[in-house]
Amino acid sequence: MSAPEPTFMSTSSPRSIRRRRMGTVFAVLCGAATMVGVVSLAVLLVDVALDGLPRLDIDFLTSFASRLPERSGIKAALVGSVWLLVLTALISFPMSVAAAIYLEEYAPRNWITRIIQTNIANLAGVPSIVYGILGLALFVRFLGFDRSVLSGALTLSLLVMPVIIMAAQEAIKAVPGTIREAAYGLGATRWQVVSTQVLPMALPGILTGTILALSRAVGETAPLIMVGAVGFIAFTPSGPMDRFTVLPLQIYNWVSRPQDEFRALAAAGIVVLLVLLLTMNAIAIVLRNRYQTRS
Amino acid sequence: MRDGVEQVSQEGATLSFRRSRNVKERVIGAGLFACAAVSTLVTVGVVAVLLGETVNFFSQVSIVEFFTGTRWEPMFLEKHFGVLPLLAGSFMVAGGAALIALPVGLLTAIFLSEYASQGLRKTLKPVLEILAGIPTVVYGYFALTFVTPVIRTFFPETDVFNAASASIVVGIMIIPTVSSLSEDALRAVPNALREGAYGLGATRLEVATRVVVPAALSGIFASFILAVSRAIGETMAVTIAAGNLPNMTLNPFESIQTMTAYIVQASLGDTPRGTVVYQTLFAVGMTLFLITLAMNILSQWVLSRFREEYE
Repeated sequence: MSAPEPTFMSTSSPRSIRRRRMGTVFAVLCGAATMVGVVSLAVLLVDVALDGLPRLDIDFLTSFASRLPERSGIKAALVGSVWLLVLTALISFPMSVAAAIYLEEYAPRNWITRIIQTNIANLAGVPSIVYGILGLALFVRFLGFDRSVLSGALTLSLLVMPVIIMAAQEAIKAVPGTIREAAYGLGATRWQVVSTQVLPMALPGILTGTILALSRAVGETAPLIMVGAVGFIAFTPSGPMDRFTVLPLQIYNWVSRPQDEFRALAAAGIVVLLVLLLTMNAIAIVLRNRYQTRS
Repeated sequence: MRDGVEQVSQEGATLSFRRSRNVKERVIGAGLFACAAVSTLVTVGVVAVLLGETVNFFSQVSIVEFFTGTRWEPMFLEKHFGVLPLLAGSFMVAGGAALIALPVGLLTAIFLSEYASQGLRKTLKPVLEILAGIPTVVYGYFALTFVTPVIRTFFPETDVFNAASASIVVGIMIIPTVSSLSEDALRAVPNALREGAYGLGATRLEVATRVVVPAALSGIFASFILAVSRAIGETMAVTIAAGNLPNMTLNPFESIQTMTAYIVQASLGDTPRGTVVYQTLFAVGMTLFLITLAMNILSQWVLSRFREEYE
């Protein structure tokens, strides 16, 4: 005579086996879904590298764009991207940090502050091409900056400012309140507290957010098409009022030609662009890690 | 007597020091406020610019034709200004992208929050976030030179420029939006809820799908809406991969044009100010702006209205 089958807390009843099997299936499904993103990224990178690396050499980096694909290079676009990056950083960084300081340290809790805050969150979700339309009407046409590096940098500054402001606010929020109270207790004014205590402590976080936002700006294409950057320029800008092109635009210009030789150029340009972005992101990560180990 | 004079002058100095300090503080405060207010001016600027030219546009084109017309041919000799083909194009690409990104992103979020070990999570998360950091023009290249040829080996009738390949790459692009925001929502669900469910004998699947996901539903929906809004605003990948043919179709293997792709196409050509083609940029831009703004506000509303608070 065998022991009676346990009916309570059973681990081998058909129902419980089915539940566990379902659990395994679901776990595998979730893992597979995660791999979709990872594998897509790998395929994309390998595809671009296979197409682009054979075409990449020193001449490619030091030559201007040309009608002949074998003599074409990305000098103008690379220099243009650096110009745009520096100008955008100079414009957007101080203004964003100032706005973040105001919202975190100065702003009274009233409806004006609430409107500004909500507005910043909404601006972060506006498609970049809409900023391009604003840049076209405001900087290119109304202010008469024409199709210059300055127009491009101002447009991109408006685009990245909400992102930098929100990152800077997070960094400022993370500074402990006791630091402020101690400084106020010693008789410091608000600005003294902010400039000598809060900002130095928040700076690594602010810089990380800024670099990440700027790396987004470096990859932007659509708003720059709107403000009139073009993909075919055979000189480097020598001032902020010069015409310009940037890496993503040069890549777009090459992608939209049907010949395979130009596609290879596009892929080589993408490799350069990705290396530039990777460097910026690596700097941001190093900054963040150093900051995290210190606090 | 002398002491008194000294004291008075010292007090005067302190007072004037205080006063100059106060003035400086006020000036700085005002400067900081001005920088914060710029962001509001940007919104005012966007609305004013879009509205101004849109009004001009509707003085030449009837608003009824714009919203009900099924032909978008602003550059032809006989012009048609029906925005529906562009809307259809944008929504088809966004819909296809959502079919990929919403389930994949949500399952990824569940995996990262409920299944993955701390170490695995810390490796996978940054890798997935790279997907969001890759420039959209690169996705366009990938769609045109890799995804489309793959589709054409299975469906040889596919156009060189087609909505399907644009949908696929936009879908990949917005996976991180869904996965990271949904994961935040899932992880905000307190562990006591999970432990309670495990204590009642639930399996991990049951805990995840019947306790954690329902508790985080507002955050998950908010991430869905935000991701779709991003897909609608996506520009370069769809311009490169989906083509420039305004086309009222539901066939994803045909060439189409989205609102964003039209804006790029029109601004690449020579569009003198004051012409009706120039004004279409703003009318289409306004439509795009209002749609994405409405979706972003909806996403925030869902988040605040249906949030489950556990404090």
